[in-house]
Amino acid sequence: MADILNAAWLIARKDLTIEFRTRSAFFSAVIFALLGLVIFYFAWDPTAVAVTDLAPGVLWVIFTFSGLLGLHRSFGVESEDHAIDGLLASPISREAIFIGKALANLIFVAAVQLIAIPALMLFYNLPLGDVAAPLIAIAVLAAIGLVAVGTLFSAMAVNTRLAELLLPMLSLPFFVPIVIGASQSTAKLLSGRPVAEAEAWIKLLIAFDIIFVTACTLAYPFTVDD
Amino acid sequence: MLYEALSPRENVDFAARLYGVRDARARVEDSLRRMSMLERADAPVRSLSRGMQQRVSIARAMVHGPQLVLADEPYSGLDDSGARALTALLAELRSTGTAIIVVTHNLAEGLSLATHAAVMQRGKFIRYDAAERIDAGSYATTYREALAGG
Repeated sequence: MADILNAAWLIARKDLTIEFRTRSAFFSAVIFALLGLVIFYFAWDPTAVAVTDLAPGVLWVIFTFSGLLGLHRSFGVESEDHAIDGLLASPISREAIFIGKALANLIFVAAVQLIAIPALMLFYNLPLGDVAAPLIAIAVLAAIGLVAVGTLFSAMAVNTRLAELLLPMLSLPFFVPIVIGASQSTAKLLSGRPVAEAEAWIKLLIAFDIIFVTACTLAYPFTVDD
Repeated sequence: MLYEALSPRENVDFAARLYGVRDARARVEDSLRRMSMLERADAPVRSLSRGMQQRVSIARAMVHGPQLVLADEPYSGLDDSGARALTALLAELRSTGTAIIVVTHNLAEGLSLATHAAVMQRGKFIRYDAAERIDAGSYATTYREALAGG
């Protein structure tokens, strides 16, 4: 297990170094998230819809689509110069490759969230203080599920001609339970309800995280073997 | 199999750690030095010439001391000094017992290394000899005839 985690961290660190150098996907994702917030803000009629009803949906729509930008890049870097062949020929396990890729994607999505959540609170004048800790926990749980599914489908789509189109088409149906759980629990928190009322949705998130992480880790080797 | 945003040192180091090479840092430096890439070891790979990228690829492939090397046109893109460095590296690997199969159009470098040589045409060996029976002139003639025959 330690070998798998060491190899996974090696791959994650390499991916993050590449992203840090190029910053192409990160800037795209952040700009997309901020633009989404602005567009929703100006389309919003505060007299018709309460901010606590609107904000959770806005937040999770933005995360879902901005995350896809990073997920597409995840295996895109491996198609340059057939680098994926070098990874697959090495003695590390396929599961380590998947976990490493997913870990890098998780850090990527978390970094986008780190900018987008305060921006959402600022735009929609929501108090972050009281709900910060449970909201961060929900964001992390949701990111784990989204990243597990997205990483798997990124690996499947990368070698197809329509990868940019195929990745969202494959991923979005599987994102639905995660997005529902995340937006419902966020809505409870933002409307000032106690965390206990969001507990059922948080449990749903945890259950889907366990299912998706396990299933996607086990399925990944079949997507790269001839 | 190189990452263009990373430097040669980072690419070779990544490969060394993937293979669990002991004392990876020293092995990385040694591989880069053998391919005369130490001076450009920290430049992004995308800024290097095709020949230099080929040298880095070779350093990356050799850093873990493989037991079997399959080299398909390893001399392509290499200048004279790069080709000499590669031949020296392959000769050293051969002396340590590594099995090496090289596919090349560079007859001079290929034959200088070979313990066995063959000319292949349309997927079939039309000539195969052990080193002591290799005559470079006659091999060159067979090679040219094979090329002319398509």
